[in-house]
Amino acid sequence: MTIAGRKVPVTAYIGGIIVLLAVIMILFAPWIAPYPQTKIVGGVWDLPNAKDWLGTDSIGRDMLSRLIYGGRTSVSIALIATCLTMIIGVGLGFVAASTNKLVDNVISRIVDVLLAMPILIFGLMVFAVLGTSIPIMIITIAVLESTRVFRLARAVAMNITVMDYVQVARLRGEGIGWVIFREILPNALPPLVAEFGLRFCFTFLFIASLSFLGLGIQPPAADWGSMVHDNAQAISFGGFAPLFPAGAIAVVTIGVNLVVDWLLSIHALPAGAGAEI
Amino acid sequence: MGILRFVAARAALGVLTLIAVSILLYLGTQLLPGDVASALLGQSATPEALAVLRAKLGLNEPAYLRYLHWLWGVVHGNLGNSLTTGTPIASALMPRLGNTLFLAGYAAIIAVPLAVGLGILSAIREGSLMDRLASILSLATISFPEFFVSYILIVVFASELGWLPSLATVYGGMDFWDRVDATTLPAITLTLVVVAHMLRMTRTSTLAVMSAPYVETAFLKGLSRSRVVLSHALPNALGPIINVVAINLAYLVVGVVVVEVVFVYPGVGQLMVDAVTKRDLPVVQACGLVFAIVFIGLNTIADICAALANPRLRSRKRQ
Amino acid sequence: MSAAAQDMLLQIRGLRIEASNGAVLTNGIDLDLRRGEVLGLIGESGAGKSTLGLAPLVYARAGCSITGGEILLAGQDLRKLDANGRRSLRGVRVAYVAQSAAAAFNPSMTLMAQVCEGPIRHGLMGRREAEAKAVELFRALDLPTPETFGQRYPHEASGGQLQRAMAAMAMSCQPDLLVLDEPTTALDVTTQIEVLAKLRELIREHNTAALYVTHDLSVVAQIADRIMVLRHGKMVETGTTNEILLSPREAYTTALVAERQAAMSGHGVAEAARGETVLTVDDVTVKYGPVVAVKGISFTVSRGETVAVVGESGSGKSTLAYAAIGQIEAAGGAFRFGPAALPPSFKNRSLEQRQRIQLIYQLPDIALNPRQKIGDILGRPVAFFEKTSAAATKARVAELLTLVGLPLDYIGRFPGQLSGGQKQRICIARALAARPELVICDEVTSALDPLVAEDILKLLKKLQDELGVSYLFITHDLGTVKRIAHRVVVMLKGQMVAEGPTADIFDTPPDDYTRKLLLSVPEMRTDWLDEALARRDIWRGGIAAVPA
Repeated sequence: MTIAGRKVPVTAYIGGIIVLLAVIMILFAPWIAPYPQTKIVGGVWDLPNAKDWLGTDSIGRDMLSRLIYGGRTSVSIALIATCLTMIIGVGLGFVAASTNKLVDNVISRIVDVLLAMPILIFGLMVFAVLGTSIPIMIITIAVLESTRVFRLARAVAMNITVMDYVQVARLRGEGIGWVIFREILPNALPPLVAEFGLRFCFTFLFIASLSFLGLGIQPPAADWGSMVHDNAQAISFGGFAPLFPAGAIAVVTIGVNLVVDWLLSIHALPAGAGAEI
Repeated sequence: MGILRFVAARAALGVLTLIAVSILLYLGTQLLPGDVASALLGQSATPEALAVLRAKLGLNEPAYLRYLHWLWGVVHGNLGNSLTTGTPIASALMPRLGNTLFLAGYAAIIAVPLAVGLGILSAIREGSLMDRLASILSLATISFPEFFVSYILIVVFASELGWLPSLATVYGGMDFWDRVDATTLPAITLTLVVVAHMLRMTRTSTLAVMSAPYVETAFLKGLSRSRVVLSHALPNALGPIINVVAINLAYLVVGVVVVEVVFVYPGVGQLMVDAVTKRDLPVVQACGLVFAIVFIGLNTIADICAALANPRLRSRKRQ
Repeated sequence: MSAAAQDMLLQIRGLRIEASNGAVLTNGIDLDLRRGEVLGLIGESGAGKSTLGLAPLVYARAGCSITGGEILLAGQDLRKLDANGRRSLRGVRVAYVAQSAAAAFNPSMTLMAQVCEGPIRHGLMGRREAEAKAVELFRALDLPTPETFGQRYPHEASGGQLQRAMAAMAMSCQPDLLVLDEPTTALDVTTQIEVLAKLRELIREHNTAALYVTHDLSVVAQIADRIMVLRHGKMVETGTTNEILLSPREAYTTALVAERQAAMSGHGVAEAARGETVLTVDDVTVKYGPVVAVKGISFTVSRGETVAVVGESGSGKSTLAYAAIGQIEAAGGAFRFGPAALPPSFKNRSLEQRQRIQLIYQLPDIALNPRQKIGDILGRPVAFFEKTSAAATKARVAELLTLVGLPLDYIGRFPGQLSGGQKQRICIARALAARPELVICDEVTSALDPLVAEDILKLLKKLQDELGVSYLFITHDLGTVKRIAHRVVVMLKGQMVAEGPTADIFDTPPDDYTRKLLLSVPEMRTDWLDEALARRDIWRGGIAAVPA
């Protein structure tokens, strides 16, 4: 198969299938999972067997069912946080790039300060003050990560606003709405779509880390990060239990990354480049 | 702009950013419902007791004065007392900072030469088997959460092979090599996590330089591949690579938090996570500040080094 | 081996170079070059001339490879060389001078280190010897303070100096063959003549053979013994320089030569009397921060008239255009449109004023939104200014396409599907959509190939006759001015040095700079450079009058 005149590589297929499976899992968790997520079906950390394909967890719940439900929580929360991140980051980035210098300077300096610190450290500060709940977590992550998106969106928009066609629209007297939505946005989409994928990976891993640290999504809802946290002790007893949720996180991230890599490679070559090479 | 002026300006900017971050860290704690006094005394405290404690802690002063008091203390090594233990934070923090820097340094010594070397090599041999292998492996390790890498390493090297300890237990006065032995698994974890990012970014920076017209010129002068890379590409890729290294060293400092928790390593990260769980704000604040100093310091130094590598800044205008 | 065969330096037979996507860049090219001979490779963009120029270095750019034919240098097939063989060929026997020296020099090494690198690395000379040789070349190329020039970094030298330093680097190993890839194209005309003269002197003195790649017939006429015309990767024809220039055989070559001749021979367009004034430029000054880019310029543009503003890079001509449209605010003086003063910023101008003055940009590639269809690109200004219904807009768009000579089915196309010339036609149509009285053209033909540019100029002229529109034409190309301008304004470093009817200015230049500028434009005859240098010496009050 070819898309945009280029052959789709195998890696993109693998990534696509992983992403598809993740989507199916989110939508149909109750129908796929063999057991309800909270039901105790066996002993503590039973090894994988015919009944419980992936064994059981720290209090004897079915690992596979917990994984399926956990994926639903982890992926959807990361998705919501990423969408919010992109809206804030791209919105501010475009405004900074296409209005006056003062607005740009004010936003950029605030972002500089937020960028001067790792997200995790700022995040921990906020959680220490406000406590951990899912809305607080999502908003905190979105605000902090949007500073990274802001940088990119602003740079992309800046590269487009210097194009003469944007100037033509401005000289004609078009309003800021037309300039942003009709002139800039359509041309900024490819890098922003790729950024969305990368941001999702980052957010997804970040939320998993928070849950692992016991600060993210709180029980009893299953999510992959806290499943690793809850089952970490199994390692000391020679079990593999935490590897399943940890591996699931890795697989989904790889899948999205593979798709993003492919998207980036499509847009890496401008059409019609190299007339005389 | 002369190089000295640039260094001074960049250092000043670093200090300024640090002050801005410290204000943010300080203001953050003011968002807390109630204040430190009510947190210390709990729900049942009488208004009189609260008032006495507030006066003692200086909570009746305006916020900017309290910030300046706090900053004054910080500059003189006084980070305040922990809410939970009541002991000075500095005495708990300093040995842990040493541990964290030891672990991060250990990882950096392995990771930086490895990643930069492999990154340059994959850029030079772009499209080769080695390049593709490095690309796939780095993509995988980027996608792995730190704790996943940790547990795999523990299962393999501690549980199955029994070569290294699964917990990184260190104590004061420990022999250097025992310490190295205890921290090898966490250091390898950190290395794996950070090498992938660094490798990819180094490769991209080097590739950007390798496609520059002056590299073509060098090839057309009949220079050997190694000569072109070493004297034409690398000096120009140096600035970007220094920045890549700095970004990733900073990332390493953050990665430390999770890895410390996995290996129960007594560092600043673990202290901070503990303090967040217990909502011990002064400790969180102090840890945040320490991370900020390391993070901003690294970035400032990197910018200065990158500038030193740039002849436009190094040489005076002679025209 | 016969003497003739001994004399033969480069023979290319059936050369085929392909890109990895299957495109054929050069196809079945044969080429002969004798020792000491200069062959000009002429062609438009995409003709494969640079690709061919790199072939004697056995080098194909990324994504391309030499897939067929022979490249013989003094009888030796270069394609059979291994990596080591190629290395000892490049720089030593065949050397390359790139178009943009500014990009082709390593920014973090001194010029001396880069010039000497070849001879030292190839083991031909010691450092001291190589440096002495470099200083000698710097001196021969008329570079300032040749003894210390090499200590500079590339960013410390001007464009013309770098281009000459690049030539010095190429000559450092005394190659048999020099490949020059558009070495003067990026330079201003007055700089170009110096570099061209020095390059020719260098080639003649060392009796080096050269391949001179360029799109400019007038330039190649000064330096080449023979010319090969290329198109779409194939040879069109080859012959001595005079054969090609005076009696071209192929239609394509004839068109190229005719285009140049038209550019050379024009004396501007005469007008009986000037009409009503459309634009008044009154003592306009424009600043970028403390830097004065345009200083106290005054002139007028009348209805149906073309006023050309000429100058070299840094003369402030484009700045003036942007100030006129209101994209940059003038710091002093005023523009008047008809009787009314124009506010400095476009933001404060009325809809009517924004509509009646339009700007066409230099690069059609970035002047058209790649994600909008042609129908939308043209339809929006129509609807915006004239508040027309959807049907009326569509009809007007069709009318505009016809006006600029494009088929109606282009409405559904994206700019990426059009050629450079077609895109520029769309830009013209977009400007016309507003029914302007004044169109400011900023170097509208300089990014186009000569024949395409000629068509655009003809179109602009036709539109002026039909619609009575006035043009303020910003350009660095005097040939363009000669062909279409009624009046001309000459700018130098932000100031106006001459203004008047084109014929007057060109026949009797009123000032030294205009004279120098006119003298520097290469003409399409082989003896022009000698004459120009001689005339310039006389005019400069040189040591002695050199007979022409």
